[in-house]
Amino acid sequence: MKRDGLKYRIKRRVKAFIIYLFLSIVTVVCLFPLAWMLSSSLKSQSTIFSDMSIIPRNPIWSNYAEAFIKGKFWIYMTNSIFYTTLVVFGIVIVSSWAAYAFSRLKFPGSGLFFNMFLAAMMIPLPGSFVPLYVLVNNVKKIIISGLHYISPFLLRFFSEDTVLQIFSFIEQQFYPRSVYIFCMINVGLSLSIYILKTFFDKMPKELEEAARIDGCSKMGIWRHVAMPLARPAIAVIVIFNTLNVWNEYILAQLILTQNNAMPLQRGLMVFQGVYVTQYPLLMAGITMTVVPILIVYLAMQKHIIKGMTAGALVG
Amino acid sequence: MLKIRSGYLKEQMANLSFALPAIVIFAIFYIYPFFKVFQLSLCNWDGISPFVFSQHFVGLRNFKDVMADRIWWESMWHAVYITLIALTFQNALALALALACDQEIRARNFFRVIFFIPPILSEVVVGLIWNWIYDGNYGLLNHWLKILGLHHWAHNWLSDPTTALTCIAVVHSWKGFGWGFIILLAGLQTIPRQLYEAAKVDGANSWQIFLKVTVPLMIPVFILVSILTILGSMQVFILIISIMGQGLAYHTEVPVTRILASMLGSSQFGYACAQGVVFGIVLIILSFGQKRLSRYFRQE
Repeated sequence: MKRDGLKYRIKRRVKAFIIYLFLSIVTVVCLFPLAWMLSSSLKSQSTIFSDMSIIPRNPIWSNYAEAFIKGKFWIYMTNSIFYTTLVVFGIVIVSSWAAYAFSRLKFPGSGLFFNMFLAAMMIPLPGSFVPLYVLVNNVKKIIISGLHYISPFLLRFFSEDTVLQIFSFIEQQFYPRSVYIFCMINVGLSLSIYILKTFFDKMPKELEEAARIDGCSKMGIWRHVAMPLARPAIAVIVIFNTLNVWNEYILAQLILTQNNAMPLQRGLMVFQGVYVTQYPLLMAGITMTVVPILIVYLAMQKHIIKGMTAGALVG
Repeated sequence: MLKIRSGYLKEQMANLSFALPAIVIFAIFYIYPFFKVFQLSLCNWDGISPFVFSQHFVGLRNFKDVMADRIWWESMWHAVYITLIALTFQNALALALALACDQEIRARNFFRVIFFIPPILSEVVVGLIWNWIYDGNYGLLNHWLKILGLHHWAHNWLSDPTTALTCIAVVHSWKGFGWGFIILLAGLQTIPRQLYEAAKVDGANSWQIFLKVTVPLMIPVFILVSILTILGSMQVFILIISIMGQGLAYHTEVPVTRILASMLGSSQFGYACAQGVVFGIVLIILSFGQKRLSRYFRQE
């Protein structure tokens, strides 16, 4: 009897050992490329091809400064923060309005519209960036010709140089940036509306009714009752969309053609194209791209995993 | 009477205005492109000249060309190859990890956090890091192979047509297994513990428990994970663009890179849209087939 117990205990120990060994190996496989990225970013251009150690002998922190300034990563970083902030803010406002309307308010076609948003998540549409690209360029042409149309009027007040500057600013900065922001809002919209609507549906209606009796307008109820109560769902949306926008690449490539309007992911590809074998600087740039997202992830991992799985389960 | 009705209408409009911004953005950036794809796919248009539907209309010629396009179907095969590797190896790994984490172990959450790191990284970042690891001259992989004495194995992994696709599939699986792991683990944890205990009392060994208790209950989750894997892996392309760097070649083309090439490379917008429609139909058939399969299993 006693020997049986011992045998059982040994068997359990061995089993636990194998499980931990397996999990640890996969952990190393998971993290190793990141460690290699970090280590490469601290080597010099002359040692990177010969020094294969994981911990560089004399770390060169100036790689980061060089990538940040010479590699223009400060521009890309600023742009990424700019886009992420505006897009996420836009998504939260627009999707919570819509979700509130779909959940609480009656209007013609509400079921149809909501189902359209649902369908958008389920139907894969791989070629849709072609017409989107066409649309963006056509509207750009219209805007440019419109600007030329009103230019005589503007020339009365401003010098020619100023007018040209305004035009090129609108054409190369203002227009592509705003289009990109609206495109990205659209990308995150469906899932955000879905998450918020299911949350609003479960929320008790009594508070809102009390507010209405007190004479609160619909917008007021949304602002002062529904939004504060939906905070957990909004946290999921904010984090999920932050990751999405920060990591987006293809729309940035199609819409943002000017170097100084590009976000980080696009900037990395441009950098790689220009400095093909400057691996230390490239890895420093990648590290700068990854670290913010890793911090957000580690701080908020519960929300992120929740949001990601919610998105997966719809489709 | 009229007053009441107009008041009702006004209220409805006020309600609609809450949803209006979302609907407008959605209409411009999703619904319009959706239908425009079909219209453009029937045209032969270079993207520069003003678009007049009746002038550029060519009927189904684009689709005929897509069907006969050898490079297109080769690229489709590449995507299928990546998908098959992801379906088997990536999901097997995900399942093994989920089963391991489903045991009573400490630090389960730690592993969960770690394994979900690759999925949150962008494809560009992952591609560029692995491009450096696979580098033909100075890459880490070749360096290790040389240390292990496998000199003849070391070569330019990504420009060699026989290995490039497998290398990409490995990276794709590295990036993706955390996804399957999270979903499978969530599924495993919904299985009541009593079922395992009952099976144990009846004298079943762990393998029998796995086959007779876990697998039947997990089939809907398996189907879900495989649908997600198929849809995700078939459409992978940013990873390929970034891992290949400047050397994108025919042997690593996938459908989406072909669509991009028809559009930006050869300015055949109509043809690009036709490719998009064909690829969309393939994807819908694949996921629809999977859903039918899951319904079949649920009836069993």
